[in-house]
Amino acid sequence: MRYLPKSPSEREAMLAAIGVKSADELFAAVPAEYRLQRPLNLPGPLSEAEIIAWFRARAAENSSGYTSFLGAGIYNHLRSVVTDTILQRGEFLTSYTPYQAEISQGTLQAIFEFQTLICELTGQEVANASMWDGSTATTEAVLMAERLTRRHRVVVARSLHPEYRQVLATYARNLGLAIEEVGYTESGQLDAKALAAAVNDETAAVVVQSPNFFGVIERVPAVAEIAHARQSLLIVAVTEAVSLGAVRPPAEADIVAMETQSFGMAPSYGGPYAGVIATREQFVRQMPGRLAGQTTDAQGRRGFVLTLATREQHIRREKATSNICTNQALCALAATVHLCLLGKQGLRELAAQNLSKARFAAAELARVPGVRIPFSAPYFNEFVIELPRSVRIVNDALLREKIIGPLPIGPWYPELTKRGLVCVTETTPRVEIERLAAALGRALALPI
Amino acid sequence: MYPTNYRYTKDHEWVDAASGSATIGITNYAQSELGDVVFVELPKVGARVTAGQPLGTVESVKAVSEIFAPVSGEVTEVNPALASAPEKVNEDPHGVAWLIKVKLSNPDELAALLDAAAYEKFVAEAEKGHPA
Repeated sequence: MRYLPKSPSEREAMLAAIGVKSADELFAAVPAEYRLQRPLNLPGPLSEAEIIAWFRARAAENSSGYTSFLGAGIYNHLRSVVTDTILQRGEFLTSYTPYQAEISQGTLQAIFEFQTLICELTGQEVANASMWDGSTATTEAVLMAERLTRRHRVVVARSLHPEYRQVLATYARNLGLAIEEVGYTESGQLDAKALAAAVNDETAAVVVQSPNFFGVIERVPAVAEIAHARQSLLIVAVTEAVSLGAVRPPAEADIVAMETQSFGMAPSYGGPYAGVIATREQFVRQMPGRLAGQTTDAQGRRGFVLTLATREQHIRREKATSNICTNQALCALAATVHLCLLGKQGLRELAAQNLSKARFAAAELARVPGVRIPFSAPYFNEFVIELPRSVRIVNDALLREKIIGPLPIGPWYPELTKRGLVCVTETTPRVEIERLAAALGRALALPI
Repeated sequence: MYPTNYRYTKDHEWVDAASGSATIGITNYAQSELGDVVFVELPKVGARVTAGQPLGTVESVKAVSEIFAPVSGEVTEVNPALASAPEKVNEDPHGVAWLIKVKLSNPDELAALLDAAAYEKFVAEAEKGHPA
Protein backbone atom coordinates (compact mmCIF):
# COMPACT_ATOMS: atom_id res chain seq x y z
CA MET A 1 0.00 0.00 0.00
CA ARG A 2 1.32 3.44 -0.92
CA TYR A 3 0.51 6.35 1.33
CA LEU A 4 0.87 8.85 -1.50
CA PRO A 5 -1.77 11.29 -2.66
CA LYS A 6 -3.24 10.79 -6.08
CA SER A 7 -1.98 12.91 -8.95
CA PRO A 8 -4.51 15.07 -10.86
CA SER A 9 -4.38 12.71 -13.85
CA GLU A 10 -5.03 9.68 -11.62
CA ARG A 11 -7.99 11.47 -10.07
CA GLU A 12 -9.37 12.26 -13.52
CA ALA A 13 -8.98 8.66 -14.64
CA MET A 14 -10.79 7.41 -11.54
CA LEU A 15 -13.62 9.92 -11.91
CA ALA A 16 -13.97 9.04 -15.59
CA ALA A 17 -14.10 5.33 -14.75
CA ILE A 18 -17.15 5.82 -12.55
CA GLY A 19 -18.69 8.44 -14.83
CA VAL A 20 -18.61 11.64 -12.80
CA LYS A 21 -16.98 14.90 -13.76
CA SER A 22 -15.55 16.11 -10.47
CA ALA A 23 -15.00 15.19 -6.84
CA ASP A 24 -17.79 17.64 -5.95
CA GLU A 25 -20.17 15.72 -8.15
CA LEU A 26 -19.04 12.49 -6.48
CA PHE A 27 -20.13 13.86 -3.12
CA ALA A 28 -23.31 15.50 -4.41
CA ALA A 29 -25.39 13.13 -2.25
CA VAL A 30 -24.03 14.91 0.85
CA PRO A 31 -26.18 18.04 1.42
CA ALA A 32 -24.24 21.19 0.52
CA GLU A 33 -24.54 22.60 4.03
CA TYR A 34 -22.49 19.68 5.36
CA ARG A 35 -19.76 20.03 2.79
CA LEU A 36 -16.73 22.17 3.56
CA GLN A 37 -16.82 25.07 1.11
CA ARG A 38 -13.19 26.09 1.48
CA PRO A 39 -9.83 24.31 1.44
CA LEU A 40 -8.70 22.71 4.70
CA ASN A 41 -6.78 25.11 6.91
CA LEU A 42 -3.45 23.33 6.58
CA PRO A 43 0.02 24.74 6.02
CA GLY A 44 1.41 24.28 2.53
CA PRO A 45 3.84 21.55 1.55
CA LEU A 46 7.44 21.62 2.77
CA SER A 47 10.55 20.27 1.13
CA GLU A 48 12.48 17.43 2.75
CA ALA A 49 15.09 19.87 4.10
CA GLU A 50 12.39 22.15 5.50
CA ILE A 51 10.66 19.27 7.21
CA ILE A 52 13.87 18.10 8.85
CA ALA A 53 14.57 21.65 10.01
CA TRP A 54 11.01 21.94 11.37
CA PHE A 55 11.32 18.75 13.42
CA ARG A 56 14.80 19.71 14.65
CA ALA A 57 13.35 22.98 15.91
CA ARG A 58 10.51 21.13 17.68
CA ALA A 59 13.01 18.68 19.22
CA ALA A 60 15.07 21.61 20.49
CA GLU A 61 12.02 22.79 22.42
CA ASN A 62 12.22 19.65 24.59
CA SER A 63 13.61 20.32 28.02
CA SER A 64 16.78 18.51 28.88
CA GLY A 65 19.01 18.11 31.85
CA TYR A 66 16.18 17.44 34.29
CA THR A 67 16.18 14.55 36.75
CA SER A 68 12.73 13.03 37.11
CA PHE A 69 11.34 11.25 40.16
CA LEU A 70 8.06 10.42 38.47
CA GLY A 71 6.73 6.89 38.18
CA ALA A 72 3.06 6.16 39.00
CA GLY A 73 2.49 3.57 36.32
CA ILE A 74 5.16 4.58 33.80
CA TYR A 75 8.79 4.03 34.60
CA ASN A 76 12.17 5.21 33.41
CA HIS A 77 14.37 2.20 32.81
CA LEU A 78 17.48 1.60 30.76
CA ARG A 79 16.86 0.28 27.27
CA SER A 80 19.32 -1.45 24.99
CA VAL A 81 19.91 -0.41 21.39
CA VAL A 82 19.63 -4.11 20.59
CA THR A 83 15.89 -3.90 21.27
CA ASP A 84 15.37 -1.09 18.77
CA THR A 85 17.61 -2.76 16.22
CA ILE A 86 15.45 -5.88 16.27
CA LEU A 87 12.18 -3.93 16.35
CA GLN A 88 13.24 -2.03 13.26
CA ARG A 89 13.74 -5.12 11.16
CA GLY A 90 11.20 -4.86 8.36
CA GLU A 91 9.96 -8.42 8.97
CA PHE A 92 8.69 -7.33 12.37
CA LEU A 93 8.08 -3.63 11.85
CA THR A 94 5.78 -3.91 8.86
CA SER A 95 4.12 -7.25 9.47
CA TYR A 96 0.37 -7.49 9.81
CA THR A 97 -1.62 -9.82 12.07
CA PRO A 98 -0.12 -13.27 11.45
CA TYR A 99 -3.33 -14.99 10.41
CA GLN A 100 -1.41 -16.93 7.78
CA ALA A 101 0.81 -19.16 9.86
CA GLU A 102 2.76 -20.48 6.87
CA ILE A 103 4.28 -17.05 6.16
CA SER A 104 4.47 -15.75 9.75
CA GLN A 105 6.57 -18.20 11.71
CA GLY A 106 9.03 -15.59 13.02
CA THR A 107 6.31 -13.27 14.31
CA LEU A 108 4.35 -16.17 15.80
CA GLN A 109 7.41 -17.57 17.53
CA ALA A 110 8.19 -14.15 19.03
CA ILE A 111 4.61 -13.93 20.31
CA PHE A 112 4.83 -17.43 21.74
CA GLU A 113 8.04 -16.57 23.55
CA PHE A 114 6.49 -13.38 24.94
CA GLN A 115 3.63 -15.46 26.37
CA THR A 116 6.08 -17.95 27.85
CA LEU A 117 8.11 -15.21 29.53
CA ILE A 118 4.97 -13.61 30.99
CA CYS A 119 3.80 -16.97 32.36
CA GLU A 120 7.16 -17.57 34.01
CA LEU A 121 7.14 -14.10 35.56
CA THR A 122 3.57 -14.17 36.81
CA GLY A 123 3.29 -17.79 37.92
CA GLN A 124 0.31 -18.23 35.59
CA GLU A 125 -0.36 -20.94 33.02
CA VAL A 126 -1.35 -18.99 29.93
CA ALA A 127 -0.82 -15.42 28.72
CA ASN A 128 -2.17 -13.47 25.77
CA ALA A 129 -0.19 -11.24 23.42
CA SER A 130 -1.30 -8.62 24.05
CA MET A 131 -3.60 -5.81 25.22
CA TRP A 132 -3.57 -2.09 24.63
CA ASP A 133 -2.02 -1.27 28.01
CA GLY A 134 -2.20 -2.13 31.70
CA SER A 135 -5.42 -0.21 32.24
CA THR A 136 -7.37 -1.94 29.48
CA ALA A 137 -5.85 -5.29 30.48
CA THR A 138 -7.19 -4.73 34.00
CA THR A 139 -10.61 -3.80 32.69
CA GLU A 140 -10.73 -6.75 30.31
CA ALA A 141 -9.71 -8.99 33.22
CA VAL A 142 -12.76 -7.75 35.13
CA LEU A 143 -15.05 -8.42 32.15
CA MET A 144 -13.49 -11.86 31.86
CA ALA A 145 -14.20 -12.54 35.54
CA GLU A 146 -17.78 -11.42 34.97
CA ARG A 147 -18.17 -13.95 32.16
CA LEU A 148 -16.54 -16.71 34.18
CA THR A 149 -18.52 -16.22 37.37
CA ARG A 150 -21.69 -14.79 35.80
CA ARG A 151 -21.66 -12.28 38.64
CA HIS A 152 -21.85 -8.54 38.11
CA ARG A 153 -20.16 -6.83 41.04
CA VAL A 154 -16.49 -6.09 41.40
CA VAL A 155 -14.56 -4.96 44.46
CA VAL A 156 -11.62 -2.74 43.61
CA ALA A 157 -8.80 -1.55 45.86
CA ARG A 158 -8.60 2.23 46.03
CA SER A 159 -4.86 1.73 45.80
CA LEU A 160 -5.35 0.51 42.21
CA HIS A 161 -3.95 3.17 39.84
CA PRO A 162 -6.60 5.95 39.72
CA GLU A 163 -6.48 6.06 35.94
CA TYR A 164 -6.99 2.29 35.71
CA ARG A 165 -10.06 2.79 37.91
CA GLN A 166 -11.27 5.49 35.53
CA VAL A 167 -10.91 3.19 32.53
CA LEU A 168 -12.79 0.44 34.39
CA ALA A 169 -15.56 2.87 35.38
CA THR A 170 -15.89 3.99 31.76
CA TYR A 171 -16.42 0.42 30.58
CA ALA A 172 -18.69 -0.46 33.52
CA ARG A 173 -21.03 2.49 33.10
CA ASN A 174 -23.13 0.92 30.37
CA LEU A 175 -22.56 -2.75 31.15
CA GLY A 176 -24.55 -3.06 34.35
CA LEU A 177 -21.36 -3.76 36.26
CA ALA A 178 -21.31 -2.43 39.84
CA ILE A 179 -17.99 -1.28 41.28
CA GLU A 180 -17.30 -1.01 44.97
CA GLU A 181 -14.03 0.42 46.26
CA VAL A 182 -12.16 -0.67 49.37
CA GLY A 183 -9.63 1.57 51.10
CA TYR A 184 -6.17 1.07 52.55
CA THR A 185 -4.79 0.98 56.05
CA GLU A 186 -1.96 2.97 57.65
CA SER A 187 0.48 0.48 56.17
CA GLY A 188 -0.58 1.56 52.66
CA GLN A 189 -1.95 -1.93 52.00
CA LEU A 190 -5.48 -2.93 51.14
CA ASP A 191 -7.79 -2.92 54.19
CA ALA A 192 -8.39 -6.66 54.60
CA LYS A 193 -11.24 -6.23 57.08
CA ALA A 194 -13.11 -3.86 54.80
CA LEU A 195 -12.42 -6.20 51.90
CA ALA A 196 -13.86 -9.22 53.73
CA ALA A 197 -16.96 -7.16 54.49
CA ALA A 198 -17.34 -6.01 50.88
CA VAL A 199 -16.92 -9.36 49.14
CA ASN A 200 -20.07 -11.43 48.92
CA ASP A 201 -21.67 -14.13 46.78
CA GLU A 202 -22.35 -11.61 44.01
CA THR A 203 -18.71 -10.51 43.72
CA ALA A 204 -17.21 -11.54 40.40
CA ALA A 205 -13.72 -10.42 41.30
CA VAL A 206 -11.47 -8.53 43.67
CA VAL A 207 -8.97 -6.25 41.95
CA VAL A 208 -5.75 -5.35 43.70
CA GLN A 209 -2.54 -3.86 42.35
CA SER A 210 0.87 -4.94 43.64
CA PRO A 211 3.06 -3.02 44.07
CA ASN A 212 0.07 -0.72 44.45
CA PHE A 213 -0.27 2.91 43.37
CA PHE A 214 1.60 3.99 46.52
CA GLY A 215 4.45 1.65 45.58
CA VAL A 216 3.50 -0.65 48.45
CA ILE A 217 3.65 -4.42 48.03
CA GLU A 218 0.31 -6.04 48.84
CA ARG A 219 -0.16 -9.32 50.73
CA VAL A 220 -1.56 -11.11 47.70
CA PRO A 221 -2.03 -14.55 49.36
CA ALA A 222 -4.20 -13.03 52.12
CA VAL A 223 -6.28 -11.08 49.59
CA ALA A 224 -6.68 -14.27 47.53
CA GLU A 225 -8.05 -16.11 50.55
CA ILE A 226 -10.71 -13.47 51.11
CA ALA A 227 -11.75 -13.50 47.44
CA HIS A 228 -11.75 -17.27 47.11
CA ALA A 229 -13.79 -17.76 50.29
CA ARG A 230 -16.73 -16.39 48.30
CA GLN A 231 -15.77 -18.06 45.01
CA SER A 232 -14.78 -14.67 43.67
CA LEU A 233 -11.79 -14.42 41.38
CA LEU A 234 -8.68 -12.48 42.28
CA ILE A 235 -7.28 -10.08 39.69
CA VAL A 236 -3.81 -8.73 40.38
CA ALA A 237 -2.72 -5.70 38.37
CA VAL A 238 1.00 -5.11 37.90
CA THR A 239 2.03 -1.68 36.65
CA GLU A 240 5.74 -1.99 37.44
CA ALA A 241 6.76 -5.19 35.68
CA VAL A 242 10.37 -4.97 36.93
CA SER A 243 9.05 -5.66 40.44
CA LEU A 244 8.54 -9.28 39.37
CA GLY A 245 12.32 -9.65 39.53
CA ALA A 246 12.15 -9.20 43.30
CA VAL A 247 8.60 -9.78 44.50
CA ARG A 248 6.93 -13.20 44.67
CA PRO A 249 4.88 -13.75 41.51
CA PRO A 250 1.11 -13.37 42.04
CA ALA A 251 0.53 -17.09 41.53
CA GLU A 252 -2.57 -17.04 43.77
CA ALA A 253 -4.26 -14.69 41.32
CA ASP A 254 -6.82 -16.10 38.93
CA ILE A 255 -6.01 -13.38 36.44
CA VAL A 256 -2.94 -11.15 36.26
CA ALA A 257 -3.32 -7.90 34.30
CA MET A 258 -0.02 -6.31 33.54
CA GLU A 259 1.60 -3.30 31.94
CA THR A 260 4.89 -4.27 30.28
CA GLN A 261 6.18 -0.76 29.56
CA SER A 262 9.07 -1.28 31.98
CA PHE A 263 10.42 -4.01 29.71
CA GLY A 264 12.11 -2.04 26.98
CA MET A 265 9.57 0.68 26.18
CA ALA A 266 10.45 4.35 26.63
CA PRO A 267 7.89 6.47 28.53
CA SER A 268 7.21 8.32 25.22
CA TYR A 269 4.58 10.68 26.60
CA GLY A 270 2.16 7.87 27.45
CA GLY A 271 2.56 5.18 24.82
CA PRO A 272 2.51 2.96 22.94
CA TYR A 273 3.03 0.22 25.51
CA ALA A 274 1.72 -3.32 25.80
CA GLY A 275 -0.70 -4.70 28.33
CA VAL A 276 -1.04 -8.41 28.91
CA ILE A 277 -3.43 -10.80 30.63
CA ALA A 278 -2.18 -14.03 32.19
CA THR A 279 -4.46 -16.60 33.74
CA ARG A 280 -5.12 -20.24 34.52
CA GLU A 281 -5.50 -22.61 31.60
CA GLN A 282 -9.07 -23.50 32.64
CA PHE A 283 -10.08 -19.88 31.95
CA VAL A 284 -8.40 -19.59 28.55
CA ARG A 285 -11.64 -19.55 26.53
CA GLN A 286 -12.82 -16.43 28.29
CA MET A 287 -9.46 -14.68 27.88
CA PRO A 288 -9.59 -11.96 25.23
CA GLY A 289 -6.80 -11.19 22.85
CA ARG A 290 -4.38 -12.99 20.65
CA LEU A 291 -2.81 -16.30 21.59
CA ALA A 292 -0.04 -18.08 19.72
CA GLY A 293 0.26 -21.81 20.20
CA GLN A 294 2.98 -24.31 19.47
CA THR A 295 2.13 -27.24 17.25
CA THR A 296 3.63 -29.60 14.67
CA ASP A 297 3.13 -29.37 10.94
CA ALA A 298 2.18 -32.22 8.57
CA GLN A 299 5.81 -33.36 8.55
CA GLY A 300 6.14 -33.34 12.32
CA ARG A 301 8.18 -30.13 12.51
CA ARG A 302 7.73 -27.61 15.32
CA GLY A 303 5.61 -24.67 14.26
CA PHE A 304 3.45 -21.87 15.62
CA VAL A 305 -0.11 -20.77 14.89
CA LEU A 306 -2.69 -18.37 16.24
CA THR A 307 -4.96 -20.51 18.35
CA LEU A 308 -8.43 -20.20 19.92
CA ALA A 309 -9.05 -17.39 17.44
CA THR A 310 -12.64 -18.53 16.88
CA ARG A 311 -13.79 -16.27 19.73
CA GLU A 312 -12.14 -13.16 18.37
CA GLN A 313 -13.76 -10.34 16.54
CA HIS A 314 -12.56 -11.09 13.01
CA ILE A 315 -14.63 -14.27 13.23
CA ARG A 316 -17.31 -13.56 15.80
CA ARG A 317 -17.95 -9.86 15.30
CA GLU A 318 -20.16 -8.36 17.98
CA LYS A 319 -20.20 -11.61 19.95
CA ALA A 320 -16.42 -11.73 20.30
CA THR A 321 -14.85 -12.20 23.73
CA SER A 322 -13.63 -8.64 23.47
CA ASN A 323 -13.60 -5.86 20.97
CA ILE A 324 -10.11 -4.66 21.50
CA CYS A 325 -9.06 -3.75 18.01
CA THR A 326 -5.41 -3.18 18.63
CA ASN A 327 -2.92 -5.40 20.26
CA GLN A 328 0.64 -4.30 20.66
CA ALA A 329 2.68 -6.93 18.90
CA LEU A 330 5.69 -4.70 18.31
CA CYS A 331 5.73 -3.52 21.94
CA ALA A 332 5.35 -7.13 23.09
CA LEU A 333 8.35 -7.93 20.89
CA ALA A 334 10.28 -5.14 22.63
CA ALA A 335 9.45 -6.73 25.99
CA THR A 336 10.53 -10.14 24.69
CA VAL A 337 13.88 -8.90 23.40
CA HIS A 338 14.46 -6.81 26.53
CA LEU A 339 13.77 -9.77 28.84
CA CYS A 340 15.95 -12.09 26.78
CA LEU A 341 18.80 -9.58 26.98
CA LEU A 342 18.41 -9.26 30.73
CA GLY A 343 18.00 -12.94 31.46
CA LYS A 344 16.77 -14.33 34.74
CA GLN A 345 19.75 -13.16 36.76
CA GLY A 346 19.80 -9.78 35.05
CA LEU A 347 16.16 -9.10 35.91
CA ARG A 348 16.83 -10.08 39.53
CA GLU A 349 19.81 -7.74 39.71
CA LEU A 350 17.85 -4.94 38.06
CA ALA A 351 14.99 -5.35 40.53
CA ALA A 352 17.40 -5.49 43.47
CA GLN A 353 19.00 -2.25 42.28
CA ASN A 354 15.62 -0.51 42.07
CA LEU A 355 14.73 -1.78 45.52
CA SER A 356 17.93 -0.66 47.20
CA LYS A 357 17.99 2.74 45.49
CA ALA A 358 14.42 3.39 46.59
CA ARG A 359 15.33 2.42 50.17
CA PHE A 360 18.31 4.74 50.04
CA ALA A 361 16.14 7.55 48.67
CA ALA A 362 13.46 7.04 51.34
CA ALA A 363 16.12 7.17 54.07
CA GLU A 364 17.68 10.32 52.60
CA LEU A 365 14.32 12.08 52.24
CA ALA A 366 13.13 11.02 55.70
CA ARG A 367 16.13 12.89 57.13
CA VAL A 368 14.92 16.17 55.63
CA PRO A 369 13.23 18.19 58.42
CA GLY A 370 9.44 18.03 58.10
CA VAL A 371 9.40 15.07 55.70
CA ARG A 372 7.66 11.83 56.75
CA ILE A 373 7.22 8.44 55.15
CA PRO A 374 3.55 7.81 56.00
CA PHE A 375 3.09 4.18 54.94
CA SER A 376 4.81 1.41 56.88
CA ALA A 377 4.52 -1.57 54.50
CA PRO A 378 7.37 -2.68 52.21
CA TYR A 379 7.61 -0.91 48.88
CA PHE A 380 9.42 -1.62 45.62
CA ASN A 381 10.83 1.35 43.70
CA GLU A 382 8.43 4.10 44.65
CA PHE A 383 7.03 5.37 47.90
CA VAL A 384 4.87 8.15 49.30
CA ILE A 385 6.36 11.06 51.21
CA GLU A 386 4.43 13.51 53.37
CA LEU A 387 5.46 17.15 53.31
CA PRO A 388 4.58 19.99 55.66
CA ARG A 389 3.24 21.99 52.70
CA SER A 390 1.75 21.63 49.23
CA VAL A 391 3.67 19.30 46.95
CA ARG A 392 3.01 21.61 44.01
CA ILE A 393 4.64 24.59 45.69
CA VAL A 394 7.64 22.47 46.63
CA ASN A 395 7.82 21.11 43.09
CA ASP A 396 7.97 24.64 41.66
CA ALA A 397 11.07 25.23 43.74
CA LEU A 398 12.57 21.87 42.76
CA LEU A 399 11.93 22.59 39.09
CA ARG A 400 14.14 25.67 39.33
CA GLU A 401 16.91 23.26 40.36
CA LYS A 402 16.14 21.06 37.35
CA ILE A 403 14.46 18.40 39.43
CA ILE A 404 11.03 17.02 38.52
CA GLY A 405 9.79 16.25 42.01
CA PRO A 406 7.26 13.88 43.56
CA LEU A 407 3.86 13.41 41.94
CA PRO A 408 1.16 15.09 44.07
CA ILE A 409 -1.45 12.42 44.82
CA GLY A 410 -3.97 14.69 46.54
CA PRO A 411 -5.99 15.23 43.36
CA TRP A 412 -6.86 11.48 43.36
CA TYR A 413 -6.90 10.99 47.13
CA PRO A 414 -8.35 14.06 48.86
CA GLU A 415 -7.25 12.62 52.24
CA LEU A 416 -3.66 12.54 50.97
CA THR A 417 -2.96 16.18 50.25
CA LYS A 418 0.66 17.19 50.88
CA ARG A 419 1.70 13.68 49.87
CA GLY A 420 3.81 12.96 46.83
CA LEU A 421 4.88 9.78 45.11
CA VAL A 422 8.64 9.43 44.60
CA CYS A 423 10.02 6.94 42.09
CA VAL A 424 13.63 5.86 41.89
CA THR A 425 14.97 3.37 39.34
CA GLU A 426 18.36 2.14 38.16
CA THR A 427 18.47 5.26 35.98
CA THR A 428 18.57 7.57 39.01
CA PRO A 429 22.18 8.18 40.09
CA ARG A 430 22.91 8.29 43.80
CA VAL A 431 24.11 11.90 43.53
CA GLU A 432 20.75 12.89 42.07
CA ILE A 433 18.94 11.32 45.03
CA GLU A 434 21.21 13.30 47.37
CA ARG A 435 20.58 16.42 45.29
CA LEU A 436 16.79 15.87 45.62
CA ALA A 437 17.09 15.58 49.41
CA ALA A 438 19.16 18.76 49.61
CA ALA A 439 16.89 20.68 47.24
CA LEU A 440 13.82 19.49 49.14
CA GLY A 441 15.38 20.78 52.36
CA ARG A 442 15.98 24.17 50.74
CA ALA A 443 12.48 24.28 49.27
CA LEU A 444 10.89 23.52 52.64
CA ALA A 445 13.03 26.17 54.32
CA LEU A 446 11.67 28.88 51.99
CA PRO A 447 9.11 31.22 53.51
CA ILE A 448 5.59 30.32 52.36
CA MET B 1 -31.88 -39.91 11.16
CA TYR B 2 -33.99 -37.43 13.20
CA PRO B 3 -35.92 -39.04 16.10
CA THR B 4 -39.63 -38.64 15.48
CA ASN B 5 -40.39 -38.04 19.16
CA TYR B 6 -38.19 -34.89 19.19
CA ARG B 7 -39.12 -31.36 18.17
CA TYR B 8 -36.70 -29.14 16.23
CA THR B 9 -35.84 -25.48 15.66
CA LYS B 10 -34.67 -23.75 12.50
CA ASP B 11 -31.53 -22.89 14.48
CA HIS B 12 -30.81 -26.65 14.59
CA GLU B 13 -31.56 -27.53 18.18
CA TRP B 14 -33.68 -30.47 19.23
CA VAL B 15 -35.87 -30.84 22.28
CA ASP B 16 -37.18 -34.03 23.81
CA ALA B 17 -40.10 -33.04 26.02
CA ALA B 18 -42.13 -35.16 28.36
CA SER B 19 -44.26 -34.33 31.40
CA GLY B 20 -43.14 -30.76 32.00
CA SER B 21 -39.42 -31.24 31.49
CA ALA B 22 -37.28 -31.27 28.37
CA THR B 23 -33.87 -32.38 27.20
CA ILE B 24 -32.13 -30.07 24.72
CA GLY B 25 -29.35 -30.75 22.23
CA ILE B 26 -28.08 -29.72 18.82
CA THR B 27 -28.93 -31.66 15.70
CA ASN B 28 -26.82 -33.93 13.54
CA TYR B 29 -26.97 -31.31 10.79
CA ALA B 30 -25.63 -28.68 13.22
CA GLN B 31 -22.68 -30.83 14.30
CA SER B 32 -21.81 -31.75 10.72
CA GLU B 33 -21.82 -28.08 9.67
CA LEU B 34 -19.70 -27.07 12.67
CA GLY B 35 -17.03 -29.71 12.24
CA ASP B 36 -14.93 -31.00 15.14
CA VAL B 37 -16.44 -29.62 18.35
CA VAL B 38 -13.75 -28.63 20.87
CA PHE B 39 -15.74 -26.85 23.57
CA VAL B 40 -19.30 -26.48 24.77
CA GLU B 41 -20.29 -23.63 27.04
CA LEU B 42 -23.53 -24.21 28.94
CA PRO B 43 -25.56 -22.36 31.58
CA LYS B 44 -25.45 -23.30 35.24
CA VAL B 45 -28.11 -25.36 36.96
CA GLY B 46 -30.77 -22.96 38.21
CA ALA B 47 -30.30 -20.48 35.35
CA ARG B 48 -33.34 -19.53 33.27
CA VAL B 49 -33.35 -19.93 29.51
CA THR B 50 -35.78 -18.20 27.17
CA ALA B 51 -37.07 -19.60 23.88
CA GLY B 52 -35.17 -18.04 21.00
CA GLN B 53 -32.42 -16.60 23.23
CA PRO B 54 -28.85 -17.96 23.39
CA LEU B 55 -28.31 -20.52 26.14
CA GLY B 56 -24.64 -21.16 25.45
CA THR B 57 -22.08 -21.65 22.73
CA VAL B 58 -20.53 -24.51 20.88
CA GLU B 59 -17.02 -24.07 19.60
CA SER B 60 -15.52 -26.04 16.75
CA VAL B 61 -12.11 -25.75 15.17
CA LYS B 62 -13.52 -23.24 12.70
CA ALA B 63 -16.25 -21.30 14.51
CA VAL B 64 -18.05 -20.48 17.71
CA SER B 65 -21.83 -20.64 17.39
CA GLU B 66 -24.64 -19.73 19.72
CA ILE B 67 -27.01 -22.39 20.90
CA PHE B 68 -30.56 -21.01 21.07
CA ALA B 69 -33.06 -22.29 23.59
CA PRO B 70 -35.95 -24.03 21.78
CA VAL B 71 -38.16 -23.57 24.85
CA SER B 72 -38.22 -21.48 28.04
CA GLY B 73 -37.56 -22.86 31.48
CA GLU B 74 -35.21 -23.38 34.38
CA VAL B 75 -32.07 -25.47 33.91
CA THR B 76 -32.27 -28.59 36.09
CA GLU B 77 -29.30 -30.52 34.76
CA VAL B 78 -26.22 -29.90 32.61
CA ASN B 79 -24.51 -32.75 30.78
CA PRO B 80 -21.32 -33.26 32.81
CA ALA B 81 -19.65 -35.39 30.13
CA LEU B 82 -19.20 -32.55 27.64
CA ALA B 83 -16.68 -30.55 29.66
CA SER B 84 -13.99 -33.17 29.16
CA ALA B 85 -15.37 -34.87 26.00
CA PRO B 86 -16.94 -32.21 23.73
CA GLU B 87 -16.31 -34.49 20.72
CA LYS B 88 -19.34 -36.51 21.84
CA VAL B 89 -21.42 -33.78 20.21
CA ASN B 90 -20.05 -35.01 16.85
CA GLU B 91 -20.37 -38.66 17.74
CA ASP B 92 -23.88 -38.81 19.17
CA PRO B 93 -25.65 -35.44 18.95
CA HIS B 94 -29.14 -36.82 19.46
CA GLY B 95 -28.30 -39.08 22.41
CA VAL B 96 -25.27 -39.12 24.71
CA ALA B 97 -24.40 -35.50 23.87
CA TRP B 98 -27.58 -33.87 25.15
CA LEU B 99 -26.71 -30.42 26.52
CA ILE B 100 -29.14 -29.42 29.26
CA LYS B 101 -32.42 -30.43 30.84
CA VAL B 102 -34.96 -27.78 31.70
CA LYS B 103 -38.20 -27.57 33.63
CA LEU B 104 -40.61 -26.07 31.09
CA SER B 105 -42.19 -22.77 32.05
CA ASN B 106 -44.42 -22.64 28.97
CA PRO B 107 -45.06 -26.07 27.42
CA ASP B 108 -47.20 -24.41 24.73
CA GLU B 109 -43.98 -23.27 23.07
CA LEU B 110 -43.43 -26.84 21.88
CA ALA B 111 -46.27 -26.55 19.42
CA ALA B 112 -44.41 -23.89 17.45
CA LEU B 113 -41.43 -26.19 16.81
CA LEU B 114 -40.88 -28.43 13.79
CA ASP B 115 -41.50 -32.16 13.84
CA ALA B 116 -38.88 -34.54 12.46
CA ALA B 117 -40.33 -34.63 8.94
CA ALA B 118 -40.58 -30.83 8.71
CA TYR B 119 -37.05 -30.40 10.07
CA GLU B 120 -35.65 -32.96 7.66
CA LYS B 121 -37.27 -31.07 4.80
CA PHE B 122 -35.86 -27.79 6.17
CA VAL B 123 -32.36 -29.27 6.31
CA ALA B 124 -32.67 -30.70 2.79
CA GLU B 125 -33.58 -27.21 1.53
CA ALA B 126 -30.69 -25.68 3.49
CA GLU B 127 -28.26 -28.18 1.96
CA LYS B 128 -29.41 -27.19 -1.49
CA GLY B 129 -28.44 -23.65 -0.58
CA HIS B 130 -32.04 -22.46 -0.56
CA PRO B 131 -33.09 -22.20 3.04
CA ALA B 132 -36.83 -22.48 3.48
